[in-house]
Amino acid sequence: MMDLRLPIGIFFVLVGLIMVGYGVVSPHDIPNITEKVNINLYWGIVLLVFGAPMTIFGWRAEAKAKSEMKNKKP
Amino acid sequence: MVINTLLAAAAATPRSGAIIHLHGIDWAILAVYLLFVVGIGIITGRGSKTSEDFFLSGRSLPAWITGLAFISANLGALEVMGMSQQGYEYGMMTANYYWIGAIPAIVFMGIAMMPFFYGSKVRSVPEFLKKRYNEGARFINAFTFAVFTPAISGISMYALAVVMQDFLGWHFAPSVWVSAVVVLVYTFMGGLTASIYNEVLQFFLIVLGIAPMTIIALIANHGWAHFKKWIATHQLPFLTPDQVAAAAAKPGTAAHQMPATQWMHTFHNTLTQNNPMHITWPGIVLGLGFVLSFSYWCTNFLVVQRALAAKDMNSAQRTPLLAAFPKMIFPFIVILPGLLALPLLPHLFPGNTTVNGHLIPATESFNNVMPLMMARYYPAGLLGLGLTALMASFMSGMAGNVTAFNTVFTYDLYAVFIKPNATDQHYLWVGRIMTIVGIIISVGFAYVVRGQSGIMGYTQTIFGVVNAPLIAVFLLGMFATFTTPAGGLWGLLVGTATSVTLWVIRSYPGLPLWHHYNNNTTGAFWGAVWAFCAGAGATIVVSLFTKKKKDEELVGLVYQLTPKPPQDANLPWWKKPIVLGVLALVLTLIINLLFW
Repeated sequence: MMDLRLPIGIFFVLVGLIMVGYGVVSPHDIPNITEKVNINLYWGIVLLVFGAPMTIFGWRAEAKAKSEMKNKKP
Repeated sequence: MVINTLLAAAAATPRSGAIIHLHGIDWAILAVYLLFVVGIGIITGRGSKTSEDFFLSGRSLPAWITGLAFISANLGALEVMGMSQQGYEYGMMTANYYWIGAIPAIVFMGIAMMPFFYGSKVRSVPEFLKKRYNEGARFINAFTFAVFTPAISGISMYALAVVMQDFLGWHFAPSVWVSAVVVLVYTFMGGLTASIYNEVLQFFLIVLGIAPMTIIALIANHGWAHFKKWIATHQLPFLTPDQVAAAAAKPGTAAHQMPATQWMHTFHNTLTQNNPMHITWPGIVLGLGFVLSFSYWCTNFLVVQRALAAKDMNSAQRTPLLAAFPKMIFPFIVILPGLLALPLLPHLFPGNTTVNGHLIPATESFNNVMPLMMARYYPAGLLGLGLTALMASFMSGMAGNVTAFNTVFTYDLYAVFIKPNATDQHYLWVGRIMTIVGIIISVGFAYVVRGQSGIMGYTQTIFGVVNAPLIAVFLLGMFATFTTPAGGLWGLLVGTATSVTLWVIRSYPGLPLWHHYNNNTTGAFWGAVWAFCAGAGATIVVSLFTKKKKDEELVGLVYQLTPKPPQDANLPWWKKPIVLGVLALVLTLIINLLFW
């Protein structure tokens, strides 16, 4: 069975990258408030901080499971 | 009842033009999400080779996955929007649905009931009733569940389509069909595993897509301290100009307002009904905290199924226990934005309210405070994430309903009454067909509700009413040896009949009977308590005069007759159910005291 952390991690890395990229290229502040906050940039970073470790842990678990499967086969 | 006002408002109000316009980036985020949920369905579909793979994920999943799915399956779009609506309407009292109305029941389920559900190797909740009581008890539970589950899913589908129509200008049919087809693809291919895997993705998406609203609402309020100052100087609820005029026309008529500080508490002034929900503490504790909450969290197959998919007993027990922790912080994500919206979007009223002689549209009512706040404070980009989160919450709820429906139909109705003793591959095939049927019924019901909106409120209320007294029969089945098959069956029948009768009495104020309350919430809480008493009473009385099963048939099903499993001394503390349960209860108590 696929390690679920991998698709979840990749999903949030992708969405995080989209939001960070958009936040850099086309900065949008939060509308209707006085403070200037480029929320896409900051929240995109939050998504990346969540998604990247998930991807790494999921990928490592997948790789480990695959090597165990290989060792079992012969 | 939470949702009924929202649904009624959605149905009663005229449609206006789109008020949210999506940009390319918003569409991109939505597209990535749809791609991933379908992809997860395709990948997990390769592992579904037997009926147990399809219906119960081969009982192979770790606790953190089933635990998050346990919450997510219950977290429909209406839950997210309904809770923020109640945050605006009633304030922190709404958190009682979590801190009193969920956590204690979830902990009880994990520690006390799961050993019997998982240990008896049943495949569904109705099957437990068959083993403990008889075929009749199974049929009643399975039939009501199979009838109502796709209907509830259809109602949710309708309500989301209406929100999408109101706010985004999407047409009804594409909104319904696109989401239905996506859910169909992944549940058809991957069964429960696809549903659970996507529910976990959806859980994180809901949290990360909606949590920014709390942060932004705090910024917009210039901080918590500033918000509390506003609360300290205002009266709530907001009065419509019509209500103000009516009060002015009749001097001495009290306008029904109270200090807004009431909105900051869960139990303040519950000795009387002088609180935002107009309910008293015994109703909250007994009706919501015990009967309704335990009947839902401990017996509803939609949530129990997630725990049955766990890989071993310890994981099954930890499924609800791990779910309790995120569940206790959910009020800060879904209720707090509604509360914080009070100063930001003042003078919102229910959708079916008349203001200056005009029925206010859904897009200007507090029923839709969450999408309204998104429209106001989410810029392009974050808006795509937020709307995708709403879509995700809808899909997780729908897939949860469909996977529970196909399992109960196949195992408890088809394999018992239509075609017993068929091959496993045959039941796997039936399960896949019923996945399609369940979704078609849901879509069909969404269209029925669209044409006849009164049906939806009744359907939801009746389902709640039917389920209210279930816990009586389960508790007496699991923790008493004297209860008999006939006792369990009559307990179900009498409990449900009492619940429905009391609801009918409450619904017709003209009936000269005692069971009337000055608001629906109080009525529902006390109706559940009396139905519980009737169900428990009937089970006990009938059991005293009928034949019980042999003790050896009840091993694994009844506490006193089941050998205690050896305790694994090597388990780390964070894997011990009792430690997790006590920790969850202590934290919930602390949060309750903070908002007392």
